[in-house]
Amino acid sequence: MRARLIPMLAQRLGLALVTLLLLSMVVFAGAQLLPGNVGRAILGPLADPVAVAALNHKLGTDLPVPEQYWIWISHFVTGNMGISYTYRTPVAPFVIAALLNSLKLAAVAFVIVVPLSIAGGVYAAMHARTWIDKTISIAGLSMTVIPEFVSSIILILILGIWLRWLPITATAPRHADVLDQIDHLILPALPLVFILFGYIARMARAGTIDALDADYTRTATLKGLPPGVVIRRHVLRNALLPTITVVATQVGYLVGGLVIVETLFRYQGIGSLILTAARAKDFPMLEGGILTIGIVYVLVTMLADIALVMLNPRLRDGGR
Amino acid sequence: MSSTALRQPIEPAPRAQPTPALDIENLDVVYRTRGRDMQVLRGISFSIAPGESYGLVGESGCGKSTAALAALSALPRNGFVRGGSVRVAGQTLASLDATALRRLRAEQISMVYQDAGRALNPSLTIFRQMAEVFELLAQPADRAADLRALCTTMLNRVQISSPDRVLDAYPHQLSGGMLQRVIIAMALAKEPSLLVLDEPTTALDATVEAEVLDLVATLRREFSTAILFISHNIGVIERMCDRVGVLYAGSLVETGPTAQLLRRPMHPYTMRLLRCLPTPGRSKATARLDTIKGFLPPPGAIIPGCVFADRCDLADTICHTTPPPEHTIATHASRCHHWQRATEQPLTATETPIPTANHSHDIVLRGTNISKTFQIGTRSLHAVTDVSFSLREGETLGIVGESGSGKTTLARLLLGLLNPDPGSIIELAGQPAAGHAAARSQDQQKALQIVFQNPDSALNRSHTVRHLIGRALARLAGLSGATRTARLTELIHAVRLTDRHLGMRPRQLSGGLKQRVAIARAFAGNPKIVICDEPTSALDVSVQAAILNLLADLQARENTSYVFISHDLGVVRYLSDRIAVLYLGRIMEIGPAEAVFEGPHHPYTEALLSSIPTPFNESNTTQTTRIRLHGDIPSALNPPTGCVFHTRCPRKLGPICETTEPAPETINDHTIACHIPRNQLGKRP
Repeated sequence: MRARLIPMLAQRLGLALVTLLLLSMVVFAGAQLLPGNVGRAILGPLADPVAVAALNHKLGTDLPVPEQYWIWISHFVTGNMGISYTYRTPVAPFVIAALLNSLKLAAVAFVIVVPLSIAGGVYAAMHARTWIDKTISIAGLSMTVIPEFVSSIILILILGIWLRWLPITATAPRHADVLDQIDHLILPALPLVFILFGYIARMARAGTIDALDADYTRTATLKGLPPGVVIRRHVLRNALLPTITVVATQVGYLVGGLVIVETLFRYQGIGSLILTAARAKDFPMLEGGILTIGIVYVLVTMLADIALVMLNPRLRDGGR
Repeated sequence: MSSTALRQPIEPAPRAQPTPALDIENLDVVYRTRGRDMQVLRGISFSIAPGESYGLVGESGCGKSTAALAALSALPRNGFVRGGSVRVAGQTLASLDATALRRLRAEQISMVYQDAGRALNPSLTIFRQMAEVFELLAQPADRAADLRALCTTMLNRVQISSPDRVLDAYPHQLSGGMLQRVIIAMALAKEPSLLVLDEPTTALDATVEAEVLDLVATLRREFSTAILFISHNIGVIERMCDRVGVLYAGSLVETGPTAQLLRRPMHPYTMRLLRCLPTPGRSKATARLDTIKGFLPPPGAIIPGCVFADRCDLADTICHTTPPPEHTIATHASRCHHWQRATEQPLTATETPIPTANHSHDIVLRGTNISKTFQIGTRSLHAVTDVSFSLREGETLGIVGESGSGKTTLARLLLGLLNPDPGSIIELAGQPAAGHAAARSQDQQKALQIVFQNPDSALNRSHTVRHLIGRALARLAGLSGATRTARLTELIHAVRLTDRHLGMRPRQLSGGLKQRVAIARAFAGNPKIVICDEPTSALDVSVQAAILNLLADLQARENTSYVFISHDLGVVRYLSDRIAVLYLGRIMEIGPAEAVFEGPHHPYTEALLSSIPTPFNESNTTQTTRIRLHGDIPSALNPPTGCVFHTRCPRKLGPICETTEPAPETINDHTIACHIPRNQLGKRP
């Protein structure tokens, strides 16, 4: 059994690398497609064409595209993401700081949403087709379809301004302790919780209903096991496998899709970093940010795949 | 003895003293769908004495499984008991609270159901799942080692030779027969007073089925457990049960001692059911199979009189208005107004035998040394090895063998869905056919069609019947406009569907009707050969009979040849002119159907024949001894050397079987590959 795990891991890792390579090409090509001359964009419309050409030469943007790509990617793998056009300093520290901030926000959202939505979905499944189930399902669906900018504003108004329960900015004061930082992150995390709750809960509910109706659950009940053991040992183990995959793909969404929330709450995350870089045509920053999100996404998906394989004996054997 | 004793409801039938293991009285069960109660069990009563084995037979939808689940108080969420009572070992289920019910389940009752693969939790090891049973017993074994020893002992009792390997395995790593044994071991571990078996062998091959049934019979004696045995297979019930109840539309229409009930039925439904079976001696050349006209009443139907009246030839006014009382002779009871005449009813199918197809000597399909090797990583799997046969016009070649014998791979090779190995020759009407269907001429493609086991997955569910068959007519026969409509009507009538069905979609049709659509589609292009891959194994016996009649009729009319694949030897015998017996992808025996069934047989064929449970008919009273094949069919990745059957052969001669592959020997067109001389091979009576 174990022997099959290693080639499987190697294969997943290889695929992940290929995915990232393709992503880097797409990102780089995309940046090339944006109109405008880089030197001109930095120096402004009134600058001397000789200075523009000199800058282009210094930045390497007058080289053929494949060569530019090669220089960029070969530096990238060593952790050098290039020099920001806007700040004239290396990109990497900006990207890493922003990524850490985003991961903090995402982690808070996850810690709230995952237990809540799985519990909600399982509870709904155990009371399938009753008013409890309908309430949970409809509430989840309604929350999912409200865009973050609408729910964010409503939440700011109610929890932040009217009730004054939570601070309305995401960034804690400079030397704040961990609890204070978390306190600041709860309100921005809530719109994300809203979006994800319905989705994860629905997967958990569907998986649980399938497992509850499965013959093996009936076998367990007919053995005379107490209901708690039947649910824990026989139902949940099988019911939550598909949910793990869903949760993992949402990590990608959370890290990359935070632009709106980060902007609304004025939070220095990777979403707002990319937005600012795109506005300023700061290509190294933009490319570095996007590729970093890609790496996080691929890594998490791979970890989820591995977790799924470890939990599911049929996949562990390489299937039949 | 011949007088009618109308049983008085107040006076209980004289029963043995001990409390019955299961006692069901006047049980009414409904399923609630969209706010309406659908009655599925209508006042059924029966009881099972300790150590007794009671069978419930009937077609699907009659309420067999509902009765079983009600006996364990495990009805689906929308099922409710609306009347009557269920007592297990003297305890009334309805009066038990949750804890008492759990205790009862943990100590007194067990259930085994059809699909062993789904009855076990896929993500726990067998050990974990078996151990649970022991953990719940009154004196729990605490230490893991004790639990393991208990599990090992139990697996030994169900004749699993390597319990350690099995205990550490996950369900998907074991074969179907092995899993069913594990389930039976789990069910018997608590030494229950009642064991409910719901179609426990339906998903298994004939030889494995025979083995599991033997096991249940042995264990029943050892544990003196009462058994409620549910099956649609009358042969299995006959072998396993002391008494039997026939269930129709939620009513127990006839009950009695098994032998007596099957030999002298007192209810027209039982009689009809028995006549549907392709029993020994019946073949398409001698007689049509009997069918049951009409359909089962829908669940929840309100039936003022007898539940079977609408489909019964004996029915008159009283049958439609008054529920029949129970007529009892000794222990044999029937709910029929005309029970004395139950065996007299005319055959529904026309008495005219099926006209025989015009056997010409033209060979329409010939296979020479067909082989197929799959590469799995670095290993090769020999799915089909050196299969040769020929099929004449209007003839049926039956192919039998256990699952894993290569039946379906052979069908796919013939159809050109798989490329055979180099050296294999497939000839259609004397012309060599390319290995891949796309490379065959259009005529060759049209000449070969297939009918699958499961019409559900073979028919596109979003199209109407008109579209499904019309498209086949356009593509295979090149018809359009009025000619297509005319041919469509003709085809529909040929498969006994009506114009009403044309606008329906597959989900609106029953299994039997869907299979008719699939057959009509296969015949759309006037094929020379139709490959039938287990076409009736998902159907009830009465529907199976109708489909077999239909196939025989179409063959006689169109002079079509069939390659008929089935694991059911009775069905194969009914339709086949020639039979090939496949084992691990090789032909063990091939010849005219009578010769294969009469013998002398290849030892494998002999074992297969002995494993068919035969229901009683007038002539057959002697039960021949069964030949047991031990273990599972070996893997085609690593087939045994010499004769591939030597690992399971009950008549293995010695080293020669392990070293030398026997050469096929043909006498009178009957070919057998075995080292045993022909005159010493077995012959079944």
